[in-house]
Amino acid sequence: MSRAAAAADWTREEMMTIAASRLLWNGCVCFVGIGLPGAACNLARLTHAPDLVLVYESGTLGTKPDVLPLSIGDGELATTAACVIPLPEVFAWYLQAGRIDVGFLGAAQIDPYGNLNSTVIGPYDAPTTRLPGAGGATEIAAHARRTYVLLKASPRSCVARLDFRTSGCDAGARSAGGRGPRAVITDFGVLTPDAARGELMLDALYPGATVEEARSCVAWPLAVAGTVRIIDPPRTEELAALRALQARTRAAHGATSAGGR
Amino acid sequence: MPVLSLCTAIEQYVPDGCCAALEGFTHLIPFAAGHEIIRQRRRDLHLVRMTPDLVYDQMIGMGCASRLTFSWGGNPGVGSLHRLRDAVERGWPLPLALDEHTHAGMAAAYAAGAARLPFGVLRGYVGSDLPNVNPRIRSVRCPYTGESLATVPAINPDVTILHAQRADRAGNVALQGIVGAQREAALAAKALVVTVEEIVDRFPPMMNSVLLPHWVVSAVVLAPRGAWPSYAHGYYARDNAFYVRWDAIARDRDSFLAWMREHVLAGSVA
Repeated sequence: MSRAAAAADWTREEMMTIAASRLLWNGCVCFVGIGLPGAACNLARLTHAPDLVLVYESGTLGTKPDVLPLSIGDGELATTAACVIPLPEVFAWYLQAGRIDVGFLGAAQIDPYGNLNSTVIGPYDAPTTRLPGAGGATEIAAHARRTYVLLKASPRSCVARLDFRTSGCDAGARSAGGRGPRAVITDFGVLTPDAARGELMLDALYPGATVEEARSCVAWPLAVAGTVRIIDPPRTEELAALRALQARTRAAHGATSAGGR
Repeated sequence: MPVLSLCTAIEQYVPDGCCAALEGFTHLIPFAAGHEIIRQRRRDLHLVRMTPDLVYDQMIGMGCASRLTFSWGGNPGVGSLHRLRDAVERGWPLPLALDEHTHAGMAAAYAAGAARLPFGVLRGYVGSDLPNVNPRIRSVRCPYTGESLATVPAINPDVTILHAQRADRAGNVALQGIVGAQREAALAAKALVVTVEEIVDRFPPMMNSVLLPHWVVSAVVLAPRGAWPSYAHGYYARDNAFYVRWDAIARDRDSFLAWMREHVLAGSVA
């Protein structure tokens, strides 16, 4: 029997990871990054979705790491993979060809339509902050059948207008198979696009979070669904699996935090 | 195919102003070769790598590069490449021109280069501002369907440098594990230098393995642990703790220079 943990027993970051893991179904093929998305996908594999298929852009297909990797190319991913393929094949023959069900994205900035910036803060030619750049994100946003965005929300990250558009998630930016962002999982709850205009609205809150808190974290006037769902708190077995995964990861990486960026 | 010392190989194949790709996607990054390029004080290089990683952070911070072609410039799982950021944000030690792509675009550009085609084609860069800031990203209309597709010019480095587990006496090179875009980068280049963990007498027949045949390899260099702090599968693991430590070392110009003086310019790597 599953049991809900008491509110004081979990953190918002744990809730975020668990909320993201619940969006994945058994057998789905996930294009995984490092940090929170990696934790969410591996948690799903260790709990309700044992046959979930993890694909990392380093070419490791069907990998089953025992600890979360620090990089997307740690040796652990290769030794536990069904096979390892060259990187150009991952992008051309799997992602572009429509063979990825779910892609996870993160970013420094998101706009009301789910477009993302991971390139620069400030002008491109004279940035105040140079961020890492696109990596796989632009084509994940275009070609994964659905995408989920994981992001800690603040008025600096949830902006009315991006400094730079790295990945387009709105309708004009997607290939025929890609259906764009299904949900943005934040540290207060979940935003989903409104069916008519595609603008992100508040769909669900974590236990203890409020509409006011959500609005204070978003720099545009946030629309709120007619009924805001309250997401189930973490179940004891979800928390136990996540914490065990993070403890194994800490032990493996020495002082490194579990999948933290 | 000669076996050269690291010093001779870099002298011969990496002149000032050349276009050099030191590839290896997280795994098998040719750090020893990068350090030798720094020791030989190469200047004005056009560096190409999908993920600049610590190796280019070090080369950029030591003033080797004037141009960078790349698709993701962070310290994986840790954060920023502070030397890359300092060059882009403040021009220290030198301004750095960027030729920025996505992973899919870089992969297509290497594959086109390997095939000696003029450009790579992909369904890419859709909905992104990257084509607005990089005029090399263009499009072509498909002659069969009329669809508009993104194009990237082929990458053909003057020299590609790889690190691999093994070479044999004939100069064949074998890679195992995560192989990134190394085959493509190797065959796209005008010259190919490979540092290896080990040189063995002879390989068994390697059906379906990643093998670079001896006649495409310009030079082999014996460089055990030459991928540290990245890794060589079967030899040593990725030094994740060092990748975490690099954040503090590289954040500050003085501590960066002190580390480079002690561990690279002095000729020995910790």
